[in-house]
Amino acid sequence: MEPTDASNPQFYHRIVECQWACPAHTDVPEYIRLIAQGEYAQAYMLNRKTNVFPGILGRTCDRPCEPACRRTRVDGKSVAICRLKRVAADAKGAIASMLPSIPKEKNGKRIACVGAGPASLALANDLMPLGYEVTIFEAGAMPGGLMRSNIPAFRLPVEVLDDEIASIVDMGVDVRYASPIESLRSLLGEGFDAIFIGSGAPKGKDMELEGRSGDAATNIHIGIEWLQSVAFGHVTGIGGRVLVIGVGNTAMDCCRTALRIGGADVKVMARRPRRFFKASEWELEDAEEEGVEIVVNHAPSRFVTEGGKLVGVDFDILEWDEGARVSTKVGSAHFPCDDVILAVGQENAFSWVERDLGVDFDEWGMLIADPVTHQTTLPGVFVGGDAAWGPKNIVTAVAHAHAAAISINNFCEGVPVEERPEDGMTLSSQKMGLTQWSYYNDYNSSPRQAMEHVALAQRLSDLGLEVEVGFDSDQAAREVQRCLNCDVEPIFKANLCIECDACIDICPVQCLTIVQNEDDEGVLRSKLNAPTRNPNEPLYVSGPLPQTGQVMVQDEDLCVHCGLCAERCPTGAWNMEKFELNLAYLAMSKSRRKS
Amino acid sequence: MTSISKPRIPLATLPANEIGLTVRDYEGAMSTLCAGCGHDSVTAALVRSLFELSIPPHRIVKMSGIGCSSKTPTYFASGAHGFNSVHGRMAPIAAGANAANRSSIHIGISGDGDSLSIGAGHLVHAIRRNVRMLYVIENNGVYGLTKGQFSASADVGSTAKHGEANEVAPIDPVQLALSLGATFVARGFSGDKAQLVPILKAALEHRGFALVDVISPCVQFNNHVGSTKSYHYVRDHELKEIEQDFVPPMRETAARLPHGGTIVVTLPDGGRIRFGTLPEEYDPRDRGAALHYAAQAQQRGEIPTGVLFVDEGTRDIHELNSTPDEPLISLPFEALCPGADALARFQDGFQ
Ligand SMILES: Cc1cc2nc3c(=O)[nH]c(=O)nc-3n(C[C@H](O)[C@H](O)[C@H](O)COP(=O)(O)OP(=O)(O)OC[C@H]3O[C@@H](n4cnc5c(N)ncnc54)[C@H](O)[C@@H]3O)c2cc1C
Ligand SMILES: Cc1ncc(C[n+]2csc(CCOP(=O)(O)OP(=O)(O)O)c2C)c(N)n1
Ligand code: SF4
Ligand code: SF4
Ligand code: SF4
Ligand SMILES: [Mg+2]
Repeated sequence: MEPTDASNPQFYHRIVECQWACPAHTDVPEYIRLIAQGEYAQAYMLNRKTNVFPGILGRTCDRPCEPACRRTRVDGKSVAICRLKRVAADAKGAIASMLPSIPKEKNGKRIACVGAGPASLALANDLMPLGYEVTIFEAGAMPGGLMRSNIPAFRLPVEVLDDEIASIVDMGVDVRYASPIESLRSLLGEGFDAIFIGSGAPKGKDMELEGRSGDAATNIHIGIEWLQSVAFGHVTGIGGRVLVIGVGNTAMDCCRTALRIGGADVKVMARRPRRFFKASEWELEDAEEEGVEIVVNHAPSRFVTEGGKLVGVDFDILEWDEGARVSTKVGSAHFPCDDVILAVGQENAFSWVERDLGVDFDEWGMLIADPVTHQTTLPGVFVGGDAAWGPKNIVTAVAHAHAAAISINNFCEGVPVEERPEDGMTLSSQKMGLTQWSYYNDYNSSPRQAMEHVALAQRLSDLGLEVEVGFDSDQAAREVQRCLNCDVEPIFKANLCIECDACIDICPVQCLTIVQNEDDEGVLRSKLNAPTRNPNEPLYVSGPLPQTGQVMVQDEDLCVHCGLCAERCPTGAWNMEKFELNLAYLAMSKSRRKS
Repeated sequence: MTSISKPRIPLATLPANEIGLTVRDYEGAMSTLCAGCGHDSVTAALVRSLFELSIPPHRIVKMSGIGCSSKTPTYFASGAHGFNSVHGRMAPIAAGANAANRSSIHIGISGDGDSLSIGAGHLVHAIRRNVRMLYVIENNGVYGLTKGQFSASADVGSTAKHGEANEVAPIDPVQLALSLGATFVARGFSGDKAQLVPILKAALEHRGFALVDVISPCVQFNNHVGSTKSYHYVRDHELKEIEQDFVPPMRETAARLPHGGTIVVTLPDGGRIRFGTLPEEYDPRDRGAALHYAAQAQQRGEIPTGVLFVDEGTRDIHELNSTPDEPLISLPFEALCPGADALARFQDGFQ
């Protein structure tokens, strides 16, 4: 095989799988090390740099990083990356002085955002330090979007939300509340230099079944509207028997909220078998722990009313094929209830965007936008968050905002939006002495720490009481050591190797092999000391070694970054170096701030 | 020394051998030798050989003298018995241990200093007695532990780290052993485990004294230009003409030898050594020819590696001395120590 080209930042970026999986590319191992050192404020700020809302995300993130975490390959359980983020946020102390400074003198460019959800807020966070004037138009009375109106306070306390939103709004963002944008045409006429659509996917899907209309409708609720009414105090109770239709994360918040405001017998009704549920496993666990019953293979067929009052729902009982694509009805069932909550999805609503402005829509009524630049078909109008490609999650909205910020900055400076600054990297040696490293290199066999929850009775009686207690300092101290430091890379210099085999012999996972090179990857893999577990993980293949012309091969899939290869190498052919990804939008803010 | 011990990572990729152990179960304490020392590679080759032969660690007796090389027993098979003797005295300790318990597997590890200078007298007698053991010399041409003085295996003209050349004729352990009647003689290189592991496995199965001279560079004091025992020099002068593979009993399909063997020697347990590429007319069963070949190679400055000689026909120490079949520990006390009367009767026999 050809020698590996490790000069492209993407090679090492891929190895740091948590950071790679994170839409915002948060530098996970580095913030975990900062927590280990007790540097909570710095750990918080490192998070904030990329994901903007560490306190919020440390509680609510969808955590794409955790399934990617390499620790899973070792002992089956990922590092509790998300919970550690919360540790940093809870213990950060005063960070006001560390927030980006906002130039008094503005750059003369005015940006309008539609909606004050996480997408628009994160955009403002990127642009304000560069001297932009950002105006956010929000239909509602408060900022935060669905984070405030839909994510229940027992998962995300209001103080955490307020604190992190304030750190952005206080940069001098002009937020206009109760200001729904009803016409893009008139907004375009207001002379903004660019417009960002961050209006989310605000419409909950309905279900047109027999019995849906009429008087019974007062007891049939649309999930996201109902959650919003609860969040803003307009709804304070519900019937004793509640059926929640749908089994995504919204359904989980609905059933758990219902339990707290009067529901006693709350069932989640799912069409498909459990392994096809959309909800995260941990949310299902939490709901079941609180007493919610999850009923599978039931599709609603009719809302049953008596005397104009809802009394229950009829269901078809389904049987599914292997992939749960084709179903057959095998029976029917009636479930009595007082209220129904429909949690079957969200839709976008762009009624306020006139169709003759040059902003094009696809056949499903979604805005057409470039996936990299986030620009719509009308230059100067950008879109991000749930408004862009349908409902996703907070960290994705933040990542969209970063990408859109680069585009808007280009656009305002007259640079083509397609001209993206490139990600860079730095590699810095971690060697402190002969066998001393500036990171803690030993493997720690602690199991994943379990999160403690507030007692059931207590949490069900208080809608605003946060359920997860957070890690205590002992738990945090154990959990940080589970991180394998995947950003500290063994880096090889073929010209120094004398083929003494010391590294091969010491590697605890046998992931190094010195071997005659092969053209075919499969043949080369078959000659490695440890059998390949993950053929998708690229091999590192060195150039020919000076003494025999063989090559050094590393199967990164197995490496635990212990640094022993570098400690045992007599010539320094191996060294442990920390990879740091220099993200383009961060470079952008630095260069602009200087000028 | 490393900052941490080699961690145990619960990865499912480590295969188990016939007795359910993984290769890591044959490791010992963390090495305190210099990073890159050839001796650590010999350790790794031993670990692999013992693992592949599925030898229960508690059946192993590992012994050594003094030297960096003699620290090796600490670094493998921590579940084995061990005896770290004084300088040069591993051979008599091993002979005693072997005489007492013939059911154990005896492994002696020594250095060129330990075996060819202070311990040379013991080595030659262990060979003559055909003590059933694996005797490894980790040969680096220097006294590593005492900071790199020339040892008795240093070649004429080979230079020390600070430049002076050795002028005294070397002892070649291979020729020494052949001339004394050793029944298994091999040479390996620590930098080539693919060859060293089968050599060690064959030696472990040999019925008698198995000498394995392993060129094992001292990175600290003898790995410079001018040394004839550096990684680079050995790679340049190694003659791997004699290639062999060890085929354990009943496991013939596991053989990795690419060339069909031209000569096969069967070991007592049914294991076999198959010799592949050989210099023409070389017969690893012909002591005279092997000695001649080794001497000629030495004159040409070449380092032949592989199993150079095997003789499975000669009686070992136990057969020579008609010792009981069982280890002495399993004999009843009365048989081991038959008392004053028996001694008197025995002595009477000499009158
Ligand atoms: C019940 C529920 C639970 C969720 N839980 C999680 C979770 O745990 N973790 C997670 O990561 N994600 C979660 N999500 C998803 C997440 O909240 C969204 O993906 C995210 O908030 C999207 O951000 P956004 O900025 O694109 O839009 P939104 O948060 O929807 O914000 C859009 C804002 O725009 C305003 N707006 C809309 N139209 C107009 C207009 N014409 N003029 C002015 N203002 C307008 C709205 O009032 C709103 O404030 C959840 C979603 C729901 C429904
Ligand atoms: C009786 C006695 N004499 C001398 C010494 C000093 N001494 C220790 S190790 C050693 C030589 C070791 O050389 P070698 O066996 O080749 O081992 P290496 O360190 O090279 O592996 C000597 C002379 C000693 N320990 N005991
Ligand atoms: S850091 Fe080196 S020794 Fe440790 S697991 Fe990775 S390759 Fe092996
Ligand atoms: S320890 Fe260093 S010199 Fe020795 S084989 Fe490994 S990389 Fe090469
Ligand atoms: S001094 Fe030489 S023989 Fe001793 S440990 Fe160091 S490299 Fe090995
Ligand atoms: Mg020596």
